[in-house]
Amino acid sequence: MDDPFNAYITQWSFSGAGTGPLAGRTVAVKDNISTAGCATSCGSRILAGYVPPYDAHAVALVKAAGAAINGKTNMDEFGMGTTTENSAYGPTLNPRDVSRVPGGSSGGSAAAVAGGLADLALGTDTGGSVRCPAAFCGIVGLKPTYGRVSRYGLIAYANSLETIGPMGRTVRDVSDLLRVIARPDSRDTTMQGRPYEHDPVADPKGKRIGVPAEFFGAGVDPRVAETVRKAVETLAACGAEVVSVSMPSMRYALAAYYVTCTSEASSNLARYDGVRYGPGGETAKSWHDAFTAVRSGNFGDEVRRRILLGTFALSAGYYGKYYGKAQTARANVGADFARLFADVDVLAGPTMPVVAPRLGELADPLAMYLADILTVPANLAGVPAISVPCGTVDDLPVGLQLTGRPFEDETVIDIAAAYEEAVA
Amino acid sequence: MVDESEVRRVAGLADIRIPDDELPTFTARFNQILEYFDVLDTLESDGGAGRTLHTVLREDEPCPSLPREAVLDNAPADEDGFVRAPRVM
Amino acid sequence: MSDVVIGLEIHCQLDTKTKLFCPCSTDYRDDGPNTHVCPVCLGLPGTMPAVNRAAIEYALKVAKAFHCAIPEECEFSRKNYFYPDLPKGYQITQYDRPLALGGYIEIESEEGGEKRVRLTRIHVEEDPGRLVHKGGGDRARYSLVDYNRSGVPLIEIVTEPDMTSPKEARRLLAQLRATLEYLGVYDSEKEGSLRVDANVSIRGHERAEVKNISSYKGVEKALTFEITRQRSLIRRGAVIERETRHFVEARGTTTSSRSKVEEHDYRYFPEPDLPPLRVAGWVDAIELPELPAARRDRFVAQYGLSANHARTLTGDLRLAAFYEEIAGNDPALAATWVADTLLGELNYRERSIGTVDPARFRALLALVKAGTITDRSGVEVLRAVLDGDEEPNTVVERLGLAATTGDDAIATAIAEAIAEFPQAVADYRAGKANAINYLAGQVMKKTRGRADPRELGRLLAEALTE
Ligand SMILES: [Zn+2]
Repeated sequence: MDDPFNAYITQWSFSGAGTGPLAGRTVAVKDNISTAGCATSCGSRILAGYVPPYDAHAVALVKAAGAAINGKTNMDEFGMGTTTENSAYGPTLNPRDVSRVPGGSSGGSAAAVAGGLADLALGTDTGGSVRCPAAFCGIVGLKPTYGRVSRYGLIAYANSLETIGPMGRTVRDVSDLLRVIARPDSRDTTMQGRPYEHDPVADPKGKRIGVPAEFFGAGVDPRVAETVRKAVETLAACGAEVVSVSMPSMRYALAAYYVTCTSEASSNLARYDGVRYGPGGETAKSWHDAFTAVRSGNFGDEVRRRILLGTFALSAGYYGKYYGKAQTARANVGADFARLFADVDVLAGPTMPVVAPRLGELADPLAMYLADILTVPANLAGVPAISVPCGTVDDLPVGLQLTGRPFEDETVIDIAAAYEEAVA
Repeated sequence: MVDESEVRRVAGLADIRIPDDELPTFTARFNQILEYFDVLDTLESDGGAGRTLHTVLREDEPCPSLPREAVLDNAPADEDGFVRAPRVM
Repeated sequence: MSDVVIGLEIHCQLDTKTKLFCPCSTDYRDDGPNTHVCPVCLGLPGTMPAVNRAAIEYALKVAKAFHCAIPEECEFSRKNYFYPDLPKGYQITQYDRPLALGGYIEIESEEGGEKRVRLTRIHVEEDPGRLVHKGGGDRARYSLVDYNRSGVPLIEIVTEPDMTSPKEARRLLAQLRATLEYLGVYDSEKEGSLRVDANVSIRGHERAEVKNISSYKGVEKALTFEITRQRSLIRRGAVIERETRHFVEARGTTTSSRSKVEEHDYRYFPEPDLPPLRVAGWVDAIELPELPAARRDRFVAQYGLSANHARTLTGDLRLAAFYEEIAGNDPALAATWVADTLLGELNYRERSIGTVDPARFRALLALVKAGTITDRSGVEVLRAVLDGDEEPNTVVERLGLAATTGDDAIATAIAEAIAEFPQAVADYRAGKANAINYLAGQVMKKTRGRADPRELGRLLAEALTE
């Protein structure tokens, strides 16, 4: 298959069974989701040559549903990025404008779907990694409720935040894929046994939509803000009730997110020691020297930076100041959502504060982190959030983000479907 | 704010080497990010927050393990069924 | 010895069917390396832990048996350190929210009475894999790793520094082992199922941590050596440094691990893949079986045993069960034979009670009780039964050990003895009553111990008054 966007790291031809709910459809799988017999690299040199001996639960379900899988998609190394430029396998290009990034970290999955190389894709979302590239590439992406889709086989970056999420060209596509992958799995004991068996109902009548002022705050491109406000008006015109609300915990959500994800990452990435898999096998050196050499030589800059940030945040004397405080902030974000969802059914706002940047434009780490400000709250609270295309700015797609109550993925899907139908 | 020697200490703790010529830039960016994290200092410390979920337990019933070839296939070096590793000195 | 301060950290493998976080079988000891591993215990990318219910239940039983406080919720944390036998680069253990706090273990103190050794905590964690060095250690240039042990459930029991002698430490371990086996959560016969680190100091001085102790006898040896070492340093006016030392079992010594106490920064944080574990309610539903102390009291009451015999016989689950199986209608006789004779013979042979056939032992007791053989012959029969594969009856016949009360052989021997030792006969007749013992000894010699001593006394007295 021709891959003009560098969407894939490994092409694969797993042919579907011909029957089942996904028969005849092609699914692309992000390269941090384990596939038995097919190389799985997380976009990192440190997993070069690694072939998992088992399928992730979501992959097994997609196979069983009759889908074909045509490859493993490019991503920021271990999911650490917002542009899919931090990959050992080169950047992925945005099919809507190849001078632009596709967003990240599931940029390969988004580009595969947006570029017509796959019908559907599995992405993963730790702090917006499904929704950001969906918004930048003009497709639909859902971050399900934490505990709705098994993470077994998803190579951990930040376990407490991330989830596998479906991506597709329409809300119905995303719903179809979610129906297949949201199934109980005893190997992920953070699952809550809440399968998704819903068909989208495109009717927002009587639904209350909250619009937090903070979702349109500093850093949000005014043209993006305007486009999203119009989308919310469209929903109002279809019968939804729109109310202004406030979410003060947004102030420290991003800091809480980055402290938490780097802390977990610093521990998750310690297993790549070159002993059981990956490049290594050097036994002339002492353990300590060999371990340092494998890590230093095979992790990219952003990964090394996040390992060090997390190591620092967990280290003696700093744990309380960073990790401890971040958990308090996280609880506050959860409490804010709970308070708001007592009054409204969903919250609406832009998925990303900007449209897709040019390649190389987000080189400064902190600037890149700041682009995640609107997507991380859903991960901190474990609630479902969807990005649905809602127009363009400079011909580049803008995403409308709808966030809902825990285990009410159905509601965000319904309202996204209603918007999609209204503008069709 | 942390200085270069502190970054070195953390790198040692993490077993990650930061080359000398990268250290100044690395330290500057590290501090930029830590400064951003300072917003957390405005929070009252209440000793963290309770996690709301509870672990679901697994029954004590054995399942077959992997065939040994599958274990060793991915290992860069193996010997007599063992995986070879550098020695701890 | 009262200036000695000892505290222990004890790791025991829980005897579950599967590992702590994955369904691999724990029955790996007879199989080759890396045959009991799966993606989870190999730490493959993308795997997640799922807690074994039995491991938690076993740990709760232990905590309850030792009177610990059991919080309603506990939590697993990651202990981050890098080592080739640790496949994830961290160990899943418990840190600030352990399964159990406080509690105590009751042991016989140095002075003889009961003594409580307080516990600090009990927590659950996973065992790492195992490193092997070809050519025996020092010369190997690299390590070989077997992950079969990786993920086997352990409990770590931490005591307060309440012990004052190596003997008390050994008694604590014996009591711990007995209790764990009574609870059915531990098998002391499995190799490597116990590992002990001991903190030991002389009051007023720094302490050393002795690691790598893996047997009950090793604890007493390691501590005895270490205390002697510390005392002689103090005598010479040297300062004892706080350090980690390794016990070298083969030499019975401890050696400095060269590095000073390493300042580890384990960066503990809650395991994100395992939400807190709620045990409230569960603990109350757990019913404990009869434990060693209760069984000891019952043995005294039910079988009329001495406190000492009862303590010995209940100190090991298999031994206690064996005793109850063979106690029969003369429990006192059975207790004497098991505690005073059988244990010594087994110890000498380095064998466990499990290798003794209770039916044969019961048959032996019956022979002794019926007077068919004497006590002395009984010991001989026991040895033959232990070393060979014969029924006690067969041994008696083969060696001609049947007590020969009243038969010709004993009469002949008596007559011979009287003829051969006229001085003793004269002494007896002159009123020296114990001269008869000398003659009895000669008769025993001639009959190779087959004469029943009481019966022999009567027969000799008769012959001498004739
Ligand atoms: Zn396993």
